[in-house]
Amino acid sequence: MTDPIESAQAIQHSGPNAEPRRRRSWIRRYIFTTDHRTIGIQYLLLALIAVIIGASLSLLMRLHLAWPDLPMPFWGVMKPEDYLALVTMHGTLMVFFVLTTAPQSGFANLVLPEQIGSRQMALPLLNAASFWLTVLSLLVLVSAFFVPGGAPISGWTSYPPLSAIAASGPGQALGMDIWLVSIGIFCIASTLASVNMLTTIVAERCEGMTLDRMPLTVWSWLVASMITVLVFSVLFAAAVLLLCDRHLGTAFFVPMGDLVNGQIVGHGDGTPLLWLHLFWFFGHPEVYIAILPGMGITSSLLANFSRRPALGYRLMALTTVLIGLLGFLVWGHHMFVSGMNPYAGTAFALTTMAIAVPSTAKVLSWIGTIWGGNLRLTTPMLFSLGFLSFFIAGGVTGPLLALPILDAYLHNTFFVVAHFHLIMAMAAIFSVFAGVYYWFPLMAGRQLHEGWGKVHFWLTFLAAYSTFFPMHLAGLAGEPRHYSQLSGGAASMAALIPLQRYISISAIVLVAAQLIFLTNLIWSVWHGKLSLANPWQATTLEWSTASDGDPIVLRGPYDYGVHPGQSDFLPQDALEPNPE
Amino acid sequence: MPLTIFLAVIALCPGLSSLVSGSQFWMPPNAALHGVAVDRLMRWNLTALGTCFIIAHLLLLISILRRPSPGASRKILPSMWATVAIPLTLLCLMYVWMAITAQRLWAANRFEGPSPAAMQVEVVGVQFQWYFRYPGEDAVFGGTRPELVNAAAGNPLGLDRQDPHSADDIVASELVLPAGREVDVTLRAHDVIHGFFVPAMRLKQNAVPGMVLHVHFTPELPGEYPILCSQVCGLGHARMQAKLRVLPPGDYALWLAAREAKLHAIQAARVQAQ
Repeated sequence: MTDPIESAQAIQHSGPNAEPRRRRSWIRRYIFTTDHRTIGIQYLLLALIAVIIGASLSLLMRLHLAWPDLPMPFWGVMKPEDYLALVTMHGTLMVFFVLTTAPQSGFANLVLPEQIGSRQMALPLLNAASFWLTVLSLLVLVSAFFVPGGAPISGWTSYPPLSAIAASGPGQALGMDIWLVSIGIFCIASTLASVNMLTTIVAERCEGMTLDRMPLTVWSWLVASMITVLVFSVLFAAAVLLLCDRHLGTAFFVPMGDLVNGQIVGHGDGTPLLWLHLFWFFGHPEVYIAILPGMGITSSLLANFSRRPALGYRLMALTTVLIGLLGFLVWGHHMFVSGMNPYAGTAFALTTMAIAVPSTAKVLSWIGTIWGGNLRLTTPMLFSLGFLSFFIAGGVTGPLLALPILDAYLHNTFFVVAHFHLIMAMAAIFSVFAGVYYWFPLMAGRQLHEGWGKVHFWLTFLAAYSTFFPMHLAGLAGEPRHYSQLSGGAASMAALIPLQRYISISAIVLVAAQLIFLTNLIWSVWHGKLSLANPWQATTLEWSTASDGDPIVLRGPYDYGVHPGQSDFLPQDALEPNPE
Repeated sequence: MPLTIFLAVIALCPGLSSLVSGSQFWMPPNAALHGVAVDRLMRWNLTALGTCFIIAHLLLLISILRRPSPGASRKILPSMWATVAIPLTLLCLMYVWMAITAQRLWAANRFEGPSPAAMQVEVVGVQFQWYFRYPGEDAVFGGTRPELVNAAAGNPLGLDRQDPHSADDIVASELVLPAGREVDVTLRAHDVIHGFFVPAMRLKQNAVPGMVLHVHFTPELPGEYPILCSQVCGLGHARMQAKLRVLPPGDYALWLAAREAKLHAIQAARVQAQ
């Protein structure tokens, strides 16, 4: 059974009216389309391209850090500003173009309308517009590599005055402008996409799809979209203000008397801390935009592959909302040592400890869901369990970093790099892998190869731990982030070179393991096992086999294992126990 | 297959560990008064959270490895009380304990200012160099103006020579402090945000242009310790390192006297030249 849309088109093609249909060329069908599933696949492909570039940049960084004198192909020996440009572009690509696009726009476009019993997104044209704006934003960003001075070097957080003054470093002139314009376009694209998603969830649910029957994926997309609308508008404003500082002579972020490179550039009364507040008001909720969809996917998949309901459905929905709300109150924990009032540090430490509570509740319910269940260890299940493992590994250091007195040692060290790569990068990416293996039949009508999927999982799982776990040790030893070199002028950290070499070797293995995934992906599109209509025996509506008319939802999303002896699952729209 | 890979990794471990031998895996030895409590807190918190990590993974492993037994009992979910409510309450108690113990230490370090007897040092971050200024015999820092900054002419901080307080100010490129005396650090930056990070003193605070920030600590053990920049500040970020030398009080007095003598000699030469 292939994709219902494609099979519908195939039927139309074979009919007498095939000619006029075909004239709507493949460009309209596959490129400038308003079909939500195709747009979902486009978003996933965009994220795939971005992750390939982002991972290649990180490999160059890892090679340079471990072997600083090694000449790079087509490059020669890397200069410090080159390294910092790689850091900046790696972070920007991964956070915006991979972790914001794939879990949110990618999977939601692929399955959200069907999951709520709709045939389309509420605003299909807006949907296509936001995708193509995202593509434009990516092209603009990557172009920063090719302008005089190269890409910006101030990291993905772009703290002024480094980001406000062109003379403060290479890449901070045109490269920085390009970065800001790219982020501005991305903000517009994401906001439009989220407005569309919110409208769809609110207005397009089918009969019977009450709020407490929505799959937890839909809950997480709902909350992530609300966050997106609110915080990307703030980031957009901040980017506009910074561009004004750079070109219109305003002084929002540059203080009086600021002296860069022998020139007094500060003539107004700005403060860099304003940018930090605006940026992290966006930046912390952004973490939840990246991870909430992963939590939703994990909840659904753990229930499916344990063949039992998700433990504490209402608690899961509630904690998703709570994490979204509390996420707006914690941004100051990025600023304990920034010059912010220390009393504010205490306040933000307490809100951050508070957000650990719903997160812990989620972990406990996931463990409860699989505890004693009849687990089917398919590839998507393995990646969901991997998500859980990395979420715990990255999560346990969260409360530690929320303590200002310990953060006053660990801030901006590799300990923090370990923390957010485990929780934001690895956990989120594992949920994306879980989603790709799980929903691939909806994209290609075929399944990804399970055996190679499992090899991919185990290699990635072990190499990821081997790469990111030792970074805690480098951080405890005091190594700051963004150090291009640990020898020469920065010799006080030279003792860490062997450790960083080990991490680099692990990172090479980690990236190499993804070639298995890429091969599997391409091979399976044409040669994968043809998929059944509902290959994972799932209950949610994207797998619904009833094709006529609008579905009517009769029950909650996770009716697994409730009718022993007959079928062990009941789709949301099934009238009676399914005879399958 | 998973087992094979797992065993292969275990077999590789001795080889891998030899690769990183000689590397440093823990905080450098503490040399500050407040660092004893910070280190104790760090150890306790890492132990508690590391235990949570291990227990959670044991539960995951047991869930995965337990063979399914026939019968419907596996369909029944465990109770919310046992799996969520009780463990969550216990973990929340742990979070409260973590927050309280850490906040007491934070308050002691950052809510209260230094004692009035603390010695004064100014730390200034400039791309890509740390400068350290001592107020001299009058115990008052002279005024500075950005227009006067000229490192080549020996005035990297823009000291205003018209200001009578500035005449005895000593500017150094290494931070020298006496052991056992509290230091009140005044933090400034000329150009971009820098991060004043002294790992051995368990101390980090950003230096922000346009702001004058204070942080205080007491170095206890004499020795040499690296000072790093922990906030990316441009292409020379990694080499923006300086040295902190903590001396026994007697040696410190000698060092200060030598610096003052040198300053007097320079001033005398300047007067002669005029």
